[in-house]
Amino acid sequence: MLSINNLHAKIDDKLILKELNLQVNAGEVHAIMGPNGSGKSTTGHVLSGRDGYEVVEGSVSFLGKNLLEMDTEERAREGLFLAFQYPVEIPGVSNMEFMKAAVDAVREHRGQEAIDAVSFLKKTREFCKAVNLDQNFLKRGVNEGFSGGEKKRNEILQMMLLEPKLCILDETDSGLDIDALQVVAEGVNSLRSPERSFLIVTHYQRLLDYIEPDFVHVLAGGKIVKSGDKSLALELEEKGYGWIEASLSGAA
Amino acid sequence: MSQEQIDQLITKDYAAGFVTDIESETLAPGLDEDVIRFISGKKNEPEWMLEWRLKAYRAWREMVEPEWAHVNYPKIDFDALSYYSAPKSMEDKPKSLDEVDPELLETYKKLGIPLHEQEMLAGVAVDAVFDSVSVATTFRGKLKDAGVIFCSISEAVHDYPELIKKYLGSVVPQKDNFYAALNSAVFSDGSFVYIPKGVRCPMELSTYFRINEQNTGQFERTLIIADEGSHVSYLEGCTAPMRDENQLHAAVVELVALDDANIKYSTVQNWYPGNAEGHGGIYNFVTKRGIAHTNARISWTQVETGSAITWKYPSCVLKGDNSVGEFYSVALTNNYQQADTGTKMIHLGKNTRSTIISKGISAGKSSNAYRGLVRMNPAAEGARNYTQCDSLLIGDKCAAHTFPYIESKNPSAVIEHEATTSKVSDDQLYLCLQRGIDTEKAVSMIVNGFCKEVFKELPMEFAVEAGKLLEVSLEGSVG
Ligand SMILES: Nc1ncnc2c1ncn2[C@@H]1O[C@H](COP(=O)(O)OP(=O)(O)O)[C@@H](O)[C@H]1O
Ligand SMILES: [Mg+2]
Repeated sequence: MLSINNLHAKIDDKLILKELNLQVNAGEVHAIMGPNGSGKSTTGHVLSGRDGYEVVEGSVSFLGKNLLEMDTEERAREGLFLAFQYPVEIPGVSNMEFMKAAVDAVREHRGQEAIDAVSFLKKTREFCKAVNLDQNFLKRGVNEGFSGGEKKRNEILQMMLLEPKLCILDETDSGLDIDALQVVAEGVNSLRSPERSFLIVTHYQRLLDYIEPDFVHVLAGGKIVKSGDKSLALELEEKGYGWIEASLSGAA
Repeated sequence: MSQEQIDQLITKDYAAGFVTDIESETLAPGLDEDVIRFISGKKNEPEWMLEWRLKAYRAWREMVEPEWAHVNYPKIDFDALSYYSAPKSMEDKPKSLDEVDPELLETYKKLGIPLHEQEMLAGVAVDAVFDSVSVATTFRGKLKDAGVIFCSISEAVHDYPELIKKYLGSVVPQKDNFYAALNSAVFSDGSFVYIPKGVRCPMELSTYFRINEQNTGQFERTLIIADEGSHVSYLEGCTAPMRDENQLHAAVVELVALDDANIKYSTVQNWYPGNAEGHGGIYNFVTKRGIAHTNARISWTQVETGSAITWKYPSCVLKGDNSVGEFYSVALTNNYQQADTGTKMIHLGKNTRSTIISKGISAGKSSNAYRGLVRMNPAAEGARNYTQCDSLLIGDKCAAHTFPYIESKNPSAVIEHEATTSKVSDDQLYLCLQRGIDTEKAVSMIVNGFCKEVFKELPMEFAVEAGKLLEVSLEGSVG
């Protein structure tokens, strides 16, 4: 599904990702943890093709294609989805209109027929229920005046509608209360399938209580310094990141 | 999406830019009393009309061009302009569209305004102005049944001299301002509308304008009179072919809403804005004003995307008690376009109310200024105004300015003013792209969202057109 090899990436001439390697197979859930500023969000942005990031070395293949050659919107249409850490507001553009435009673009790219307005509305309402968002949020501007938790749930709603192949969730759990956390987890779990993979960036073990990862990685200083199974997350929760950094510098 | 892509989008060509090849009868450049006599003679005008024009001309000669607007342009040489031009085939006016020059009809087709279809689809009466002479006026019959008069102003001078004598210049006097005086002296043609007492005009009245003659100033004159208790909705739309030389356009629109009358005037303006380097394009200096009598309502809605320079302030004089004035505006500037536009709400009567919603969008290296005056006169007891003035910037080379002027001479009057400036941010575009939406669509969505409050004031068919127009204009900006 996704193969990141020796990836080095800069922003503003500052090297952030240094020798990042990661293999994600179809159907797998990978959790990425790590201290603030270690490059977790940067990884998501580089993969999704945000303007301003420069890949200086390495390669990324996604579903057998060279990801780094594609435009941002092309990557999205190919099935890469990023749930943002800080979803931005677009005043005046209704959530519904926005999501329809996104779904239309993605379906067209995949050679699927355009979805008619009625089926779309039905589907959207159903997913609203699933993420526990009132239908009024469909009429409001994209994220306009939404609370932190509502924004995150809106991201999950979009993820459900777009049916991506690879879902990257950047700290979707941060700032959520326990109920909202469960809603997000249920949304993710409902999408889990053998054809779909997840990269879940989080600081907390608690999300992983609900979404069970196949692998847990620790990102520090722009590369993965430790990988393991879900028990690694528990260990991190207990001991923090200090011991990893200490053992790394000890090894060096 | 990169700055480069944005720049590329901004430089797409003007979709309506082409020149129709019709032989025109054009007067040699220059302006003096003989030219005015010639124009008046061409139109077989009565003596009083000629005198009216000459009076305006003499006033104009004493006036100087205003320089207070936030726009820059080389000085206009008024002696280098030609003041009359008519398509030759129009010497004998066609009785129906079948008699209209096919090339002319083709021009409309290219612009997406096939008259035939338009008549049938929208039930709209179309008075098309090609250069300076009306070429097609339709639906007369149906309007006649309702007692509505909708004709060219030249015809009205002959057929309804009493109305013309009474109302022409009653809202915008000949000496009102430099451009209005010029227009009064040389006005070519335009529309005349009269809605009798208590009549609801059975259809939207619409005029398409098009400038076609190089170096020809075009000076439309529009007069709309809504008699007591009547209703009318008037649509004005235009687009112009690509040009190298700047063309002057100085129109005057006068609205008279008598007691309890209601006039809605909507404009979609798409004159040629000049190319990406800022060459060519129309200079648009317009005077639009309405007088609202007791309980009357005048509503201006405009979507301005064209012109190299726009200088335009559709205004309301709220003369009668309880009268209402509204101004809803979207002004979009791109490349090197400059717009200085806004409104004036002059509250004279008691309990008069006005609403101003202005949306300015600047892209490229353009400059977009809102200039609004709200004046509460001493007698305007209990008057209210609400102004909302929003600017949207696309890219970082453009500018937005707001010049609100408030003069309140009545302590019971309430004036509210809100202003915001926002940017189409990289983060917003990134969110759209990440969801698979391309830049062009994203910008168009964001801009349309920004304009929503104004678009909903437009008649249905126009709202769609306006959205399309923004998209085309932003195809040259970020949208
Ligand atoms: N636009 C930028 N310019 C310069 N440095 C940046 C920029 N964005 C992020 N960084 C730096 O990159 C590093 C990684 O940031 P980020 O990927 O957001 O970390 P995380 O998500 O792991 O907390 C940090 O040191 C941050 O300061
Ligand atoms: Mg982060």
